[in-house]
Amino acid sequence: MERVPILKIGDILLVSIQLDMSDQTAVQLQEDLAERIVDTGCHGVIIDITALDIVDSFVGRMLSTIASISKVLDAETVVVGMRPAVAITLVELGLSLNGIRTALNVERGMELIAAARADELDYQLDDDPDAETATP
Amino acid sequence: MALNAEESGRLAALLGGHAEQVTARWTEIVTGSLRGRLSQAELRRQVQDLHSAIATTAGQGVVDLSAESSGELRAALTELSRGRARQGFSASETTISIFALKDVLAELVQKDGGTNALHDYIAFSKLVDELGLFTFESFVRTRESLIADQAEQLLELSTPVVKLWEGVVAVPLVGTLDSARAQVVMERLLQTLVDTGSPYAIIDITGVPAVDTQVAQHILKTVVAARLMGADCIISGIRPQIAQTIVALGIEFGDIATKASLADALRHVLRLTGVETARRQPRRDV
Repeated sequence: MERVPILKIGDILLVSIQLDMSDQTAVQLQEDLAERIVDTGCHGVIIDITALDIVDSFVGRMLSTIASISKVLDAETVVVGMRPAVAITLVELGLSLNGIRTALNVERGMELIAAARADELDYQLDDDPDAETATP
Repeated sequence: MALNAEESGRLAALLGGHAEQVTARWTEIVTGSLRGRLSQAELRRQVQDLHSAIATTAGQGVVDLSAESSGELRAALTELSRGRARQGFSASETTISIFALKDVLAELVQKDGGTNALHDYIAFSKLVDELGLFTFESFVRTRESLIADQAEQLLELSTPVVKLWEGVVAVPLVGTLDSARAQVVMERLLQTLVDTGSPYAIIDITGVPAVDTQVAQHILKTVVAARLMGADCIISGIRPQIAQTIVALGIEFGDIATKASLADALRHVLRLTGVETARRQPRRDV
């Protein structure tokens, strides 16, 4: 069975989907990804779908599920590289990828995750007045 | 409808024998119908071309417009009607150039007056009718291709996507937005977003004369598609009447940012991207 490779770049896991997803591959990817997030302690997941010509409701649901799983494990998911034709088809079909953040390319996706992460850290620091004094 | 060998032989003799007279009379009749919109010399040249094409074809024996041997004649007719269509002549002004030959032939046949003059004239007349119909058809074909070309050019011209700032593109929409144009605009905008990697797009509708539910639907679809791809759209250039129409129709733009002018939209985007727009300090006189 084919597996989708998961690459670690800094604090981010990069998943590039290059093949047509079947039920099995999708489930396998979800399991692998959850494992890798826990192992590496990454806080960001980028799913690159540049190579996908077709995004149907199945792939859409898979993306949503991955986003939810990552969310539970405290990692931000960004879907990048959606083709114009794919976006138009999704809109025409009335499918929306709820709860998924999107970016134009991997670079923008990494910026987005970094920004989200920075916001979160700021928030935590503001929240906890001891945090600043605790660090030397 | 074709002329048999005997008839076409007589036609060739008639046209060849009185070449000068035929073209002169023919040009004279056509000039009257065109009311001086084509120069005498050019018209004479066209008529001479046609005359020689018909005479040559008739000289070869059986005249059949659909046959291989009439290629030259067909080409001459097509050239004439194509030229007229491009110069903006009407269909009847074009075909009358062919039908004028009937009058010329009638006069010639009457003068020569053989035993089978009537029979010949009817046969010639049928041929001229055929030539006229062929001309009319190629005229229409040329006109249709002209219209199709223009529609395509209009589609090309009317949808530019311009880069406004680093990471900001704008689409100034001008003219009525129908489904075909909306589709082109949508595809081009999304493609530009991918090509330039711009995370912000401004759709300016200053030039759209009216916004109905259909137009709004097209714009909304574009915005949603851009969002799916990870870019944000701002709608600008909403005129007061259009704002009223939008509210009256109950169109909901949801959480899509709408601005009154392109400048406001650009300022909004720059603020989002964190670019400082510094106000110029008023100069102080020393």
